[in-house]
Amino acid sequence: MAHANPTGWKRWLFSTNHKDIGVMYIWFAFFAGMIGFAMSGLIRMELMEPGIQIIPSVFGMDDAQARHMFNVLTTGHGLIMVFFMVMPALIGGFGNYFVPLMIGAPDMAFPRMNNISFWMMPPAFILLLLSTFVEGPSGMNGFGGGWTAYAPLSTVGHPGPSMDLAIFSLHVAGASSIMGAINYITTIFNMRAPGMTIHKMPLFAWSILITAFLLVLSLPVLAGAITMLLTDRNFGTTFFDPAGGGDPILFQHLFWFFGHPEVYIMILPAFGIISHIVSTFSKKPIFGYLGMAYAMTAIGFIGFVVWAHHMYTVGLDVDTKAYFTAATMVIAVPTGVKIFSWIATMWGGSIRYTVPMMYAIAFILLFTMGGVTGVVLSNPGADVALHDTYYVVAHFHYVLSLGAVFGIFAGLYYWIGKMTGKEYPNMLAKLQFWVTFIGVNMIFFPQHFLGLQGMPRRYVDYPEQFAYWNWVSSWGYLVTLVGVILFIAVMGITLARKKTLGDNQWGEGANTLEWTISSPPPFHQFNELPQIK
Amino acid sequence: MKVKGLIARMVAGLTALIAVAAGATAQDRIGQPTDKGIWLQEAASEQAQKISDFNELLFWIILVITIFVFILMFYTMWRFREKANPVPSKVSHNTFIEIVWTVVPIIILVVIGVISLPLLYWQDQVPETDMAIKVTGNQWNWTYSYPDHGDFELTANIVDNATFDDPAKLAAAEAELSSFLGWPAKMNTRLLDADYRLVLPVNTKIKVQLTATDVLHAWTVPAFGVKLDAVPGRLNETWFEVNQTGIFYGQCSELCGRDHAYMPIAVEVVSKEQFARWVALQGGTIAAAPAPTLGR
Repeated sequence: MAHANPTGWKRWLFSTNHKDIGVMYIWFAFFAGMIGFAMSGLIRMELMEPGIQIIPSVFGMDDAQARHMFNVLTTGHGLIMVFFMVMPALIGGFGNYFVPLMIGAPDMAFPRMNNISFWMMPPAFILLLLSTFVEGPSGMNGFGGGWTAYAPLSTVGHPGPSMDLAIFSLHVAGASSIMGAINYITTIFNMRAPGMTIHKMPLFAWSILITAFLLVLSLPVLAGAITMLLTDRNFGTTFFDPAGGGDPILFQHLFWFFGHPEVYIMILPAFGIISHIVSTFSKKPIFGYLGMAYAMTAIGFIGFVVWAHHMYTVGLDVDTKAYFTAATMVIAVPTGVKIFSWIATMWGGSIRYTVPMMYAIAFILLFTMGGVTGVVLSNPGADVALHDTYYVVAHFHYVLSLGAVFGIFAGLYYWIGKMTGKEYPNMLAKLQFWVTFIGVNMIFFPQHFLGLQGMPRRYVDYPEQFAYWNWVSSWGYLVTLVGVILFIAVMGITLARKKTLGDNQWGEGANTLEWTISSPPPFHQFNELPQIK
Repeated sequence: MKVKGLIARMVAGLTALIAVAAGATAQDRIGQPTDKGIWLQEAASEQAQKISDFNELLFWIILVITIFVFILMFYTMWRFREKANPVPSKVSHNTFIEIVWTVVPIIILVVIGVISLPLLYWQDQVPETDMAIKVTGNQWNWTYSYPDHGDFELTANIVDNATFDDPAKLAAAEAELSSFLGWPAKMNTRLLDADYRLVLPVNTKIKVQLTATDVLHAWTVPAFGVKLDAVPGRLNETWFEVNQTGIFYGQCSELCGRDHAYMPIAVEVVSKEQFARWVALQGGTIAAAPAPTLGR
């Protein structure tokens, strides 16, 4: 062998193996996700009843500090879930583990760059966590300006070094993602097994390819925007300060030019996973394969030209708003193609209701709900009433928390047997699904009502009229908490079991290349490249 | 036939539910959220009414789409379960159906767009207005000035929780507000009441000019159908015409730091005559000092 299999800590720290790196990404996403989930717990418990009760006692601070702390928690929750949970899980985790397996490649194109991509994530995360312990606004710790970090709240509003740490955290995480994306593009373009043309490539690999392009094109814009924040804060530039000829709205344009593709970056890999699962458990090839692949391409492309629909109330020109309305609504078309193609894949199939399939079906239904509220929000006429209210919070949690996260759950149940060779406890996993499904819907469905009634988002306290639905929503969190504990139990039991699974756990429907090799796969696979007919 | 009847009954039931929700608003205090409310606040301007009508239309469209997808999914799940259909078909293409599910959504979206865009243009143009107010967002209060009425200015801060907890303090705050308004005033909504109110005349086209001094804020009154960001260095403009008297509340709608949840918008809409009397009352104050400021 050209190189030995390293063992112990060296195996992980020095790893150039796409499967080991993928596993590390998934563990990283798990720990970050737990912290993000705990933050949302503090948020929901604080909002369970009107008034400020929980945060002062948990953190031992006075009311004024608690109000700022609440903003720090919402900011942290958003940033962690986006950059340190969903992206590492879907792209770094499943992408690393399964893209080379699916396209019949021995590893990623740049294995050592893969290593540094992963190992930049923990420092980035530590920087973000550190930012909550140093001064933000004068006299208080942490950055509380939202994950969007709009100027001038992120410049003059937070003079302390906390924001600088957060900016640096995003720089590092962004560099990690860009390197990862370059790696995927190179791998997928150059290392497909003989015979696997781009039009025969599995949809998950398609989804990662498109996601990688979105990352490469959008993240540098974020990096530029936050660098401008940094120089505005520290070196006297005035990109976003009208006193020096700058404009706070410029930051929003730059941020959302990144931020809107970012939401597709989070959901496209989930689309890919769901396609595999629906096809496997319907025992049918995916319906309209090319339509599915190019629907994702279309979503990725249009995703770059709709950013200002996040900015309908900033005072944009009316023609600009009209354009962004029309462009935004167009996205509903390829998204509809995907929803209907999944159902058409199931139509005529022989459907088996395993846990991953249950998550996939829940994904399709809940993503539809998040999608149609997106159509409502795309209209400035309605958005005037709903912008920056809980309706928006409900909308994006339906597509992300109940979309992307359900995609992660689905993928984990679908592939945990492949990754470990061990079978998950089926009944407990089904219970976990139902508890989580009920819990998250209970959290987020009532938030539509709160938003319609006019409750603004990012509020630490609210008038008594909003109390009832907030109370329901917070109880939904507690149900979800049970679901998460069950999830940890299911995964713990799985990992403690013996390896019993053969190559293909799911039978005839599972026909991508990862099911042709052992479970878990050998440390190096495809020493002889598979031939694709 | 049976399905038709069921759908009709569901539609009737939902309409009733919305009517109850709206009815509750009407009986309750207008201009603020309703306990357990699930729908938009009742409209007090043409804008808000149009937003409400449009939102209701969109609601029916997305409800029908969602129910269609759910029924299709549940039927598929039941009809093609492993037991009922042990041998899967191998069909993976059907050009006709793929064209249908591309074209039908396009048609639905065009219909929405045809209604949505004229509403957008109608909302956005500011017509000949009868008067203007200037609103300035600060961390964490609102400053209002009346350029058409001698340019006097007032700053509205939240009435804090401690005031609501202490009857004596509340009475003092109400007395101060009453003397400012020139008529008796009550405060009863925690987090929505401000120490001074923006006073406006009913049935008058009012132009709002909006800016901020420090960070972003957003000036919102749901019952007026107005929400616009206050941006340092920019002057944003919108308008509304309130069609009934009363007290209307809103809350800052762009994250602005620690006390984002504590800078409410309280607007008292009165008859034109009463408004004129109030302006005169403020006018007396204006003449007294070179830089007239009321409130803090």
